[in-house]
Amino acid sequence: MSSLVKWHKGGLKSPSARARGLGSAKSGLDHWVMQRITAIGNVILGLWLLYSILANKGMSYTEAVLWLSEPLNAVLMILFVISLFYHAVLGAQVVTEDYIHTEWLKLVKLIAQRLVYFAMAVACIFSILQVAL
Amino acid sequence: MSESSPLQKDRPLSPHLQVYRLPITAITSILHRATGIALMLGLILFTWGLMALAGGEDSYNTFMSFCTSLTGQIMLIGWSGAFFYHLCTGLRHFILDSGCLYEKKAAARSSWAVILIAVLLTAATWAYVYQDVLMGGTAG
Repeated sequence: MSSLVKWHKGGLKSPSARARGLGSAKSGLDHWVMQRITAIGNVILGLWLLYSILANKGMSYTEAVLWLSEPLNAVLMILFVISLFYHAVLGAQVVTEDYIHTEWLKLVKLIAQRLVYFAMAVACIFSILQVAL
Repeated sequence: MSESSPLQKDRPLSPHLQVYRLPITAITSILHRATGIALMLGLILFTWGLMALAGGEDSYNTFMSFCTSLTGQIMLIGWSGAFFYHLCTGLRHFILDSGCLYEKKAAARSSWAVILIAVLLTAATWAYVYQDVLMGGTAG
């Protein structure tokens, strides 16, 4: 199988892709790579947040504000928001592409979920900054 | 395949839907996706929590009273379970990416291991959260 896929002028192509004049997947791998990179971020930062919540169980309002005002906590929290929502967007995209087969509905859902996640992530980051600064 | 092979004896000719049981690897795979979707819904609570904290003491207390309510606690237990499960299967996926654990037995065993570890981590977390109640319960 792999011997059939050859490096051709326009990139790595299967025989049928070459025959049909199609190019390589180009940036297709980026989805896969970013899913893994954000997964690593989520493992580290997710466990950090879980530990922080459990270690400061039942934080009062003042305690929570003080905790998030720590520069390290605020920075890690913003990083977690970015990593978390990026990962969610990628995951939601795959799920939508797999199960929604009506083309226009799929497109609407793909765009809508990206916008919603992006808005939520910005709201999270803004809230963190509001508390920390 | 020779006809005398014991493995070939009494085998159905095609998968029979009524007796077909999903292999454990298929179950862990679909659960990884299901917990991922559940965690996406959990992002609403995550966002609410941060916005509530930024909104001041009143909104934070409203958020906290929801989290400590029965509904909130059930949701949090569910999401923590989904988190640990998705985390464990995710780590297993990293091993799969390296080309390991594809052998039938290793794939099944690691699937069971992932479920077991996720359940234990969830139980340990909530045992820690409710330690006072649990300790009080056993003492009293």
